[in-house]
This record gives sequence, structure tokens and C-alpha cells, in this order.
Amino acid sequence: MTVDQFLFFLALFGYLLGTLHYLLHILSPRPSIGRVASYATLVGFGAHTLSHIVRLYTLGRPPLGSLYESLSFLAWAIVLIYLVTEFRYGNRIIGAFVLPVVLLATLTAATLPRRIAELGPALQGVGLWVHVALAVLGNAAFALTFCTGIMYILQERQLKSRHPGRIHFRLPSLELLDDIGLKALLFGFPLLTLALITGAVWAEYTRASFLNLYGREIWSILSWLIYGGLLYARLSVGWRGRKAAILAIIGFCLVFGTLIGVSLLRSGRVS
Amino acid sequence: MEILVVGLSHNTASIELRERLSIPEEDLAKPLDMLGDSTELVERMLLSTCNRVEVYAVTEGRVETAVEAIAGCLAAYRNVDRSEFADKLYTHVAADAVRHVFRVTSSLDSMVVGEPQILGQVKTAYSIAQTREATGIILNNLLEQAFHVAKRVRTETGIANSAVSVSSAAVELARKIFGDLSGRSVLIIGAGEMAELALRHLLDDGVRSILVANRSYDRAVALAQQYHGRAVTFEGFRQEMVGADIVISATSAPHVILKKEDVQTIIQQRRHRPIFLIDIADPRDIDPACHEVDNVYLYNIDDLLSVVQANLTERNREAERGEAIIEREVNLYLHWLRSLDVVPTIVSLRRRIEEIRGAELQRALGRLADLTPEQQEIITTMSHAMVNKILHQPMTELKRRAALQGGHVYTSVLRRLFGLEERLK
Repeated sequence: MTVDQFLFFLALFGYLLGTLHYLLHILSPRPSIGRVASYATLVGFGAHTLSHIVRLYTLGRPPLGSLYESLSFLAWAIVLIYLVTEFRYGNRIIGAFVLPVVLLATLTAATLPRRIAELGPALQGVGLWVHVALAVLGNAAFALTFCTGIMYILQERQLKSRHPGRIHFRLPSLELLDDIGLKALLFGFPLLTLALITGAVWAEYTRASFLNLYGREIWSILSWLIYGGLLYARLSVGWRGRKAAILAIIGFCLVFGTLIGVSLLRSGRVS
Repeated sequence: MEILVVGLSHNTASIELRERLSIPEEDLAKPLDMLGDSTELVERMLLSTCNRVEVYAVTEGRVETAVEAIAGCLAAYRNVDRSEFADKLYTHVAADAVRHVFRVTSSLDSMVVGEPQILGQVKTAYSIAQTREATGIILNNLLEQAFHVAKRVRTETGIANSAVSVSSAAVELARKIFGDLSGRSVLIIGAGEMAELALRHLLDDGVRSILVANRSYDRAVALAQQYHGRAVTFEGFRQEMVGADIVISATSAPHVILKKEDVQTIIQQRRHRPIFLIDIADPRDIDPACHEVDNVYLYNIDDLLSVVQANLTERNREAERGEAIIEREVNLYLHWLRSLDVVPTIVSLRRRIEEIRGAELQRALGRLADLTPEQQEIITTMSHAMVNKILHQPMTELKRRAALQGGHVYTSVLRRLFGLEERLK
């Protein structure tokens, strides 16, 4: 096992521990459980960061070339954004929804071939790395809107049912969830936009055609349209709450579909 | 030495009896001193709230005598005949007493489980006892531990999470919708008593902007002035709902005053910001169908009552987890209590033996004047080794026994055998 693999598995272990404790924390408000969850996640994040750095050194290029690398980077970025949120809002319940997504992404990455992909000359260059990094970061922000969206729906149902149960007491307020969802959207959307632009420029530059409308591009545009629509609806029409939450959930499912579905179909090649 | 609790509470005595026996906070000093006159009670404190009158004490004598003394004092102080409350009085000793103090402080023994006042009341009672120098190492530790336990129970279980009165339930729900309530605005429709009560709760929670609408405008103005709010005309309340976040409706109108269509228009004008409607009028003011509108949360008095009911059930479930925490903490405290005896015993036993060893060694070395330094060293080392080897077994055994039931018997026998009694403080 190489150093970066060891660090990757350490991160996976940290996320697993974090996930379990965040979930436990929903059931029990004991602060010690919450602290363990945060520390485990933080340690996992540290190991994950190091694993990326080590891989960057050994590869001599950013570790964003294969599906394994992209997924691993996505998980890392979600944790980063989540930890900032936790620190900012002092709420650990969101972790119980975000960390399972992180764990899923990391586990999926762990099952993928880790061998270093031979990249053709077309897949080299700063433009591509910037494009991929931006897209992944944007998607990480959308992962947070996805999670707060689910939480919003749950809390909203609790309030509408008029028989609030246990989960009602543990979930944050609608206002907070809506606010975090909007902020993550405001952070993620410009990144996705930039990612599309750099992608288009890079494609123009290398192949002289961007819109061949196969796979990844068409999906990317679709998710850009969804998130753009959502942002527009929120900012100008004043859409918020349940409808915004549902759209955020659908949007993320589409984005995740792009990343995994298409990449699997094409076995890691960028067409 | 035994810890005991003697008292009566809402579990055993009627409110009339509790009132007749209760002692106001400012008068606690005198009965505390009275209790101190009884030589048995080396440590004592008195807790008197509207739900309980209790004495926590440490006795060196027989428990029965101590209980007699306490009951007598309670009867004498408030001039109540002993026979009137003798059968209502409960006595807890040792582990049961510790458990009781922990349960009371953690609000598990309260009428409404999880109510927050009791902790403050115990703290006050304790500090009064301290100023009368009525407490010692055992009660001090017991109470400090009880405060720690209460904090644990509060943070680690949900006993205090949920609201158990209609108005606090409404505030809780508002918090789950809006988060922080400071800076939120409330519109009160109708200026009745119920509306005022709900308003006061919201004010406690930081709501600042208040609007009052009433059919009689003068009464609206009066209520608004009282709470630094603003009166609006009854006809204009729908327009005011565009800016208000929480609406409390409590008019005596015979029919619905707010329809679903009204709310749909209002929510559009609010740009879909959520609104919390509380209908506490009978008959209802707000059409129940309003709840179907997105971002509108309508609760009437029955809904709030059922939330309260569910919360009470939830609290009782959480209380069971609190009991488990208390059980562990009781054991920890008892462990400390038992080792209390053993530590000074071991120290003085060691000191006593060490004195003997030192004296005997000096005498022997004095007689053996022509020994080489190496030989002296050997004899000194031997004396140390003998003492340590002889003491090792009994010390280990003593420490182990001390943590078990009846452990203080071993320490007390040891003190007698080695004549350590006068050396223990």
C-alpha cells in the first residue's frame, strides 16, 4: 500500500467514525458524542488532505484525472464546506446528513481502480485542472444544499403534521436550513458557471468543438440550468422553503448522476 | 456516619400541608440553627419550595434519633402538630438519600419533570446553609456533585427540550420555524387575556416588534402601550400580516375572520416568507384550511395542547435516561464517600509505623557504633523493606474493602487496633 492509499483509508475510517457519531448525536444530545464526531471528521479531513498532496507529488499533476480521484476530491471538498458550516453555525445535526454522503462518495471511490490513469496529451493542461476543480467544488456546495434540503423537508413535514416528534427537536429551524441552503447555492453556482466556461474554452482550444452534446456536457448544462433556475426563482420570485428544497434535491441527484453515471459508462475517459 | 433525607413533597403531601410547613427563603437560617442544636446532625441543609420541604443531613448517631430531631424541628418551627404529617414524611438513608438529592436537583422528582426552577432553588438553599456553616465536607461534596449531575442530565437527555405549557409550546414551535426570535414581529388580534399571556411569553424570548389589532381601538391602544407596541385598526390587520411573522388570534368573533384566500394573497405579498398563525380563539378565528398553504403554519389551541401532551410523554421517556445517569453518579459518589474514611486512616497508620521504625532504627544504630556505612545502609534498607512488606497486604485489602458495602467497619477496627483514633481529624 502506498502512502497516499494509507492516508486515504485513514480518511475513510475517520469519516466512518464521524458518520456513526453524527447519527448517534441525533438520538442523544450528549455533547461528548458530538465532539467525537467533529474530531473524527477533522482527523479524516487532515489525512485526506495529506493524501491529495502526496498524490500530487507522486503524479506530478493534480489528482483529478480519474473517477477515483474526482470522487475522492469531491468528498474532500464536501467535508471542507461542511466543517466551515459547522464552525460558523455551531450546529452538528447537519453533519448527520452530510457525512453519510461523504462516506458514500469515499466508499465508492475506494472500490474504483486506483491505478494511475494514463492521460492522453489532450487531457493535460492547466485549463482542464481548473475546470475539474471548479466543477467539483461547486458540486460539493450543492451537496450541502442537497442535505439541508432534505432536512428542510423533514422539519417542514414535522411542523405541518402538528405532531412534532423526536427529530423535530433535534433538527435546526426552517430559517437556518433555508439560509444555509441559499448560501451554499450562492457559493456553488458561480463555481459551476466558471467550470462550464473554462471547460468550453479548454474544449475549444483542444478540439475546436465544445457542444458535441454527448454525456457529460449535456448533463452539466442541465444541472447548470436547474441550479440557475433555482437561484433565479429564489432571488427574484422569492421562492423559498419547500419548493426550493425539493429543487435542490433534484438538482443534486442529476449532478451526481453526471459524475458517476456518465463516467462509469465511459470508464473514466473524457470524450 | 450516614447521609439522610427527611421531608415531604408533592408525591406524599397535599398542597395545604406543604404550605403550612414551608419556610420562606429569608427565614431559613433560624430552623437551620435549630437543627444544629441536635448534636447528631453534624451537617445539614434545608430545602423549602412550594412542592417540597426537605432536610438533608449527615448524622454520626442513630438514624432514628436524627429523623426524630428533624421531624420535631419542622413541627416546632411552624407550629404544626407532628401527627398531622408523620405519615407523609419520607426518610431516605445512604445510597437512597444520595439518589434522592440527585433526582431532586436534576428535576426528575419535580411535578413537571425537567422544570428549570428547582436547580436554582437547591443552589440558594445550599448557599444559605453554607453561610450558617451548617454544611461540611460530605454535604458540600454531595451538593457540588448534585449540581454536576443536574447539568449532565440536562445536556445529555432531552428532559428540558420540549415545552410543557401551551404558550411555551407556541414559542418553541416559532423557534423551529424562525430560529432566533429576536427582531421578529408579532401581530395580536384581539386584546383578551389569553392573547396577553402569549404575548408576554414571546417578549421573554426576545420578540421586539408588537402590533395590536382589536375591534375596540381604544383597548388595542391600551394593550399596545403596555408592551411598547403599536395599535392598528381591526380592518387593517390583513395588511399588517404582510410584515408580521407570528400572528396570535384571540378575538371573540362568532365566525372565521381569516380565510384561505386571504392567507394566499398575504403569503404572495410576503414573498413566501413563512408565517406562524396561532389561533387561540373559541370559536376559531382562522379557517383551518389556511394550514394547507405553503409556508403557513397554523396551530389552534387543541393542536398546541396535543403538542404539550406529546412533549410530556417525551420528557418522561427522556427522564428514564436521566435515571440511568443518576444511578452511575450515585455509585461514583458513594465510592468517594467510602474512600473518605480509608485515605486518612492509611496516612496516619503509615505515619505511626514510620515513627516506630525511625525510633527503633536510631536506637539500634546507636548501639552498633562500629558498623561501616555500607552495613548501616543495609540495616536501614532492611527496616524500610520490613515495614513496606508488612503493611502492603493490609493496605491493599483495606483499600479494596473500603470501596465495598460496610467498608467503614474495617477502617474503624483498624483505627482502634492501632490507636489512631485521636490522630484522625
